[in-house]
Formats: sequence, structure tokens, C-alpha cells
Amino acid sequence: MNIDSSPCPVLLLGMGNILLEDEGLGIRALEILEQRYDFPEGVDRLDGGTTGMGLLDVISGRQHLLVLDAMQTGDPPGTLVRLAGDEVPVYFGMRISPHQLGLSDVLATLELSGERPADVTVLGLVPQSLDMCLELSELISSSLDSLVEAAVKELSRLGYPLRVRPGQIQS
Amino acid sequence: MATRITVDPVTRIEGHLRIDCEVNDGQVTNAWSSGQMWRGIELILQGRDPRDAWVFTQRICGVCTTVHAIVSVRAVENALSLEIPINAQYIRNMIVGAHSVHDHIVHFYHLSALDWVDIVSALSADPVATAKLAATLSDWPHNTVQDLTTVQARLRKLVESGQLGIFANGYWGHPAMKLSPEVNLLAATHYLQALEYQRIANQIVSILGSKTPHIQNLAVGGVSNPINLDSQSTLTIERLSYIKSLIDKLGAFVEQVYLVDVAAVGAFYADWTAYGAGVINYLSVPEMPLDTKGTEFELPGGYIADGDLASFKPITSFQDSYFEGGVQESSKHAWYESGNGALHPYDGETVPEYTDFQDDGKYSWVKAPTFYGKRAQVGPLANVLCMAAAGHEPTTRYLDFVMSTASSLAGSEIPLTALHSTIGRHAARAIRCAVIYESLQNQWSLLMENIGSGDYETFNRPTFPKGEQRGFGIHEAPRGVLSHWVVIQDGKISNYQAVVPSTWNAGPRDEDDELGPYEASLIGNPIADPELPLEVLRTIHSFDPCLACAIHMVDPRKKEIVRVKAF
Repeated sequence: MNIDSSPCPVLLLGMGNILLEDEGLGIRALEILEQRYDFPEGVDRLDGGTTGMGLLDVISGRQHLLVLDAMQTGDPPGTLVRLAGDEVPVYFGMRISPHQLGLSDVLATLELSGERPADVTVLGLVPQSLDMCLELSELISSSLDSLVEAAVKELSRLGYPLRVRPGQIQS
Repeated sequence: MATRITVDPVTRIEGHLRIDCEVNDGQVTNAWSSGQMWRGIELILQGRDPRDAWVFTQRICGVCTTVHAIVSVRAVENALSLEIPINAQYIRNMIVGAHSVHDHIVHFYHLSALDWVDIVSALSADPVATAKLAATLSDWPHNTVQDLTTVQARLRKLVESGQLGIFANGYWGHPAMKLSPEVNLLAATHYLQALEYQRIANQIVSILGSKTPHIQNLAVGGVSNPINLDSQSTLTIERLSYIKSLIDKLGAFVEQVYLVDVAAVGAFYADWTAYGAGVINYLSVPEMPLDTKGTEFELPGGYIADGDLASFKPITSFQDSYFEGGVQESSKHAWYESGNGALHPYDGETVPEYTDFQDDGKYSWVKAPTFYGKRAQVGPLANVLCMAAAGHEPTTRYLDFVMSTASSLAGSEIPLTALHSTIGRHAARAIRCAVIYESLQNQWSLLMENIGSGDYETFNRPTFPKGEQRGFGIHEAPRGVLSHWVVIQDGKISNYQAVVPSTWNAGPRDEDDELGPYEASLIGNPIADPELPLEVLRTIHSFDPCLACAIHMVDPRKKEIVRVKAF
């Protein structure tokens, strides 16, 4: 039980609803990352589903928050989207992901308590289809590696390079 | 002339909700509640193993993951007439209790308080005067001048940094904000302290459920927490003692801070006891089962017609036929095919039929449920009124405390009927939080006692006979009555419907064109400024809206954050 110790500096957070096809692409990308790579000390991973304020506890006190999510930007489906620094409020400002409202409430609250992560980056793909279905669409399924790679690159930038697990092939 | 206001989406809620109001002479005269909640869980579950349903259903909501998991196993157990070990009831009950305490604290402080509390005004408060005021209200030891000064400095830094915009739609300086700077500072201080206490409550859920969000410890037939007092990998005395220490920390905050703050806000905004009643038929279900079958409960539930506590009719078991037979859903004003009238959930259909937003036609993804043909309000207010009507002692005690504290602060007697209101829903939520906290303590003791007697059972294996079984599960969730309805054919799911609390409250007009609870509660609300409809948010937020249940992105490329349209 990791109860009283301070949290790992990095949280890799998959967001999305796996019942709604491409809506769950952030969770699916997280699953692939966990299958394919060994994670170094200091990086926690969490399947956050579509929760909002329930994430207060897990986000508070982190140095870096890296979110994987489906994002509707108006770009063609499968487009890789990266928002960092000043662009992050855009993620919360535009209605491009249904989870942003809950997550923005969390970050606003943590700002007030002085526990907001200093660095927040959002990575995602533009979804193709949001029907009631457990699998990703073919297009997003085949684009998912680009999101996985982007997440690896991002963690490396933060000083946490991942190592490919034995028997796994790097994308 | 009528002004039309559209708030889309309503912020500081979970999920997506659009509210439209017609305003005449500064008062709401008509209202529409449109939820973007796509219901179709049966499309995923048909043909699956009923033992797996809870894993999927806890993904339909972004807030109440645990509640959809628990009610799903209850539904399947009900269909099989399967009793579960008493240890499993107690462990589930503790998860229910801890989740509710967490949820109610977050709702009041982090999602609703900013409707009543002006953060900017808190900057001009005198911390010494605030501490003096706080001492007259409560024995809470963290209302010191130093605590208050620290919070004020933090708020000042935030305001001066220009970052206040992160609180989307904080109505700073709105004419409907009435608290003194000192009360605002005290409330802001508790807002920050509440962060710590909601965290403690969530830790209890994590330890028992193995993970949040999405607990992992359930099974049709019990829980997967093995109890072995000697093994480190199971539920041990050490772990149970740690849980007890967490529960103990919650009590002081709930009793000395949350209850008192709600009484104070109620007293200072006593005018809001006159608004927001809406539908005053109340429905709640019993919770915290005390036997293996679900026929005895620590917390009572039932139905109250037309706000009259004397009309209380109890719902008494997980097999209750009065509840089972009373629920129907209408799609007449929802974006589903609706030719067959209102349907019982066992026969429920969810075939989408999207039109545009039609004031007199279809305008919501939420269906309109009824109980014996009547609209009903669900949630903590319904729960508290039903428990009080049933004579539940802790409920009566906390209810008396809040009413007498509010009355003495207001300087005049506030009657019990004031609870049928916007502010009454907040008061009831705090009362329920205290009642649930006590129950959490009790469930912990019951579990310890039973383990002490040498009973370590946590699971009864289910068997699925050939043929059809139907069952329903009920749960008094933080937002009110939640029910799942399952039809099993030869061991596979053939139909599955979830009737969630926000369906009861946020539903559109029904088969008889009667307004739903959100809609009815807005009628008569004052609107000081149609461009800044804070009053609409106050009433809607008081229900603790949660429409995160499988949100569907209907109109994804809207660039506006919040569209408040007045024309």
C-alpha cells in the first residue's frame, strides 16, 4: 500500500470511455505502453476512465502530468495532437474532449491548494467514430502507434526513457 | 417580453447538461433540461456473461464508478436469488459509505460552494474578526487567525496572478452574492481543508476496492477480498485498523465543519429556501444491508407523495415488489423511438431517433422515468426525508442540529418545509453525509465482530440455470436511487437497463408532458441578470448533476467554453 509516501513525480494518465469506440483511445494507448515497455521508477500509470474530481488525489503533488485522450479538434481523424505549456488551457477551453470539464475542475482546484503539477502535457488523436462498441475503429487502431511513440518521446524529454520489454518490438 | 437563456454546458458538474429557461419580469417561467447522456449499455452487454456485467457498467459513469459496479452485482444476485456472505455485505457497505462521504464533500465544497461564496470578497476579510466569528459557530481547531491568514494570502496570490479564470464562470461580485467578506474567507478556508478530507475518504475505497477509479474487488456472489488475519496479502487486522484510523479522521470534519457551513449558508441565504422545490414526490431505497439476503437495512428508504411525510411508504428489501413494479420510462420527449408509450425497464428499448432541439417535441438524450406514473425527485433530500419519516434516529438527530443551528443564525425559526428548496438539497446532503459517516463506523464494527467470531467467508459461487431469469438491483447512491435491470437467458444477458439518479432528476417532460425535477425546480427562480444567470446554476448544482454516464459528443466542434445566450 502506497499510502503515506509522497507520489511519483510523473503521472501518465489515460482518459476515455472504452464503451464508446475511439473515445477510449487514450486508455488503449496506455495499455499498449504497459505491454511494450518497462517503466522506470518515478512514473505512475493510471487508467482514469472518464472520472473528474475523483482524480484530485492522484494528480495532486505531481511534477508532471501527461494525459492521453481522444481530442476533437476538427482535424482529420487519426491526426496526432500535442498541447503543452500555454496551449493546455486550450484543451480545457475548447469542447474537444468530454473529460476536459472534470479534469479542468481538478486542475483549478489544485491551483488553489498549491498542488497543481508544474508541467501538464496532453497528447491525443482525433477520433473517427464514437459508437457504442468496445474496439477501436480500424483507422484509429492503425494510428495508435503514433500516439504511443509520442508518449515515449514525451517521457524521454521529461528524463524518463522507457525500455522495450524483452520479446516486444518497438513501434 | 420573454427572454430565452441557454446555458450550455453547465459547468462544475460531471458530464454535459444544457439548460434552457424562459424569463419574464426577472423570473423563470419555463424550463427545459437537455442531457447529452447516451444510453445503450445493453448494446455492449447483450450476449455476455452476467458475472462480467459490473466490470463494464462501472465504465458508464465518470463519477460513480463504484456505484454502478455494486448495483450490477446486486441485480444479477437478485435474478439468481443468490445470498452473499455477510462479510461481503459489510465490505461492500464500507465502500458505499466511504464513496458517499467523499462524493458529498466534493460536491458541496468543490463543485457548488462557488455559487454562494465570493472568493474575491474574501480578500477584504479581517482574519481576526473571521476567527472570532468561527469560534461562535464551531469547535473546529483549524479556524485560527493563522489558518485564515495563510489561506487569504494564497487567494490574494491567485487573484493577483490573473489566474482566477481557471474557475470557469465564477460569478465574482454578482449581485446575488450575499455573504460578508469574513464568511467568504471562512468558507474558502474550508474549501481547501475539504480537499484533504475527501482524499481520506477516497483512500478507504482504494484500500478495500484495490483501485480507484474502477474498483476491482467485486464478484457476483460476494467480494474477492480474502480475509486471513495472518497473511499480509489479504485483509488483515493491521489493514482494518488503518481503515478505522481513516474513518475516525472524517468525523470531526463532517460534524464540525460541513454541517455547520451548510447551516450558515442556509441561514444567510434564507431567501433561497423559497426557490427550487420543483417535484416534491420523493423516492429513495434502503441501503447498508445487514443480512445475507438484503431484507434488513441500517438505513431505511421509501416513497413520499407530494411532500407529505405522513404518506411515507417504505421499500423494505432487495426483492421489494412495490419498487420493482413502479418504475417506467418515457421516451416521448427523448431522442429515442417512442411509439410504445412508457415502458418498464425489463422491456426497455433504446433505439435512437435524433431530431433537433424541439421545445414541444424531443430535446434530450435522457429518458423520463416515473414511479407509478408520477415524477419523483431522488437524491439526498429524498433520502433524508424518507429516513426521517421512518424515524431513523441518527437522521433525526443531525436534521435537528442543522435546522436549529440555521434558525439561531437566521434569528428566526426555519420550518422543516424549508427543505423543499434549492438550499434544502444542500442541507440534506450534509445531513446524509453525517448519517453515512456514522453508518461507516458501524459497518466497520460489524465486520470486525463477525471476523472475530471466526467467519472468514466472502464469496458464494453463483450457478446459472437454463431458461430466463429477471432481476433488479437497487442502491441509494450519492445522487439518489440507482437501479439496474437484467434479463438473463440460458446464462447470458439478453437485456440490461440502468435507470440512474440523474435520469430521475434531469429527465425531460414525460408521457403526460409533465416537467422533470430540474425543469420544475427552476420555475419561479429569480434572475437578476439574464447574461449572468447565477441563479439557474445555484438550483441545478443543488441536485449534484452527474451526466457523465457515457457522454456522447454530439456537437464536438463548438469552440465556446460556455455559451450563455440571452435573446
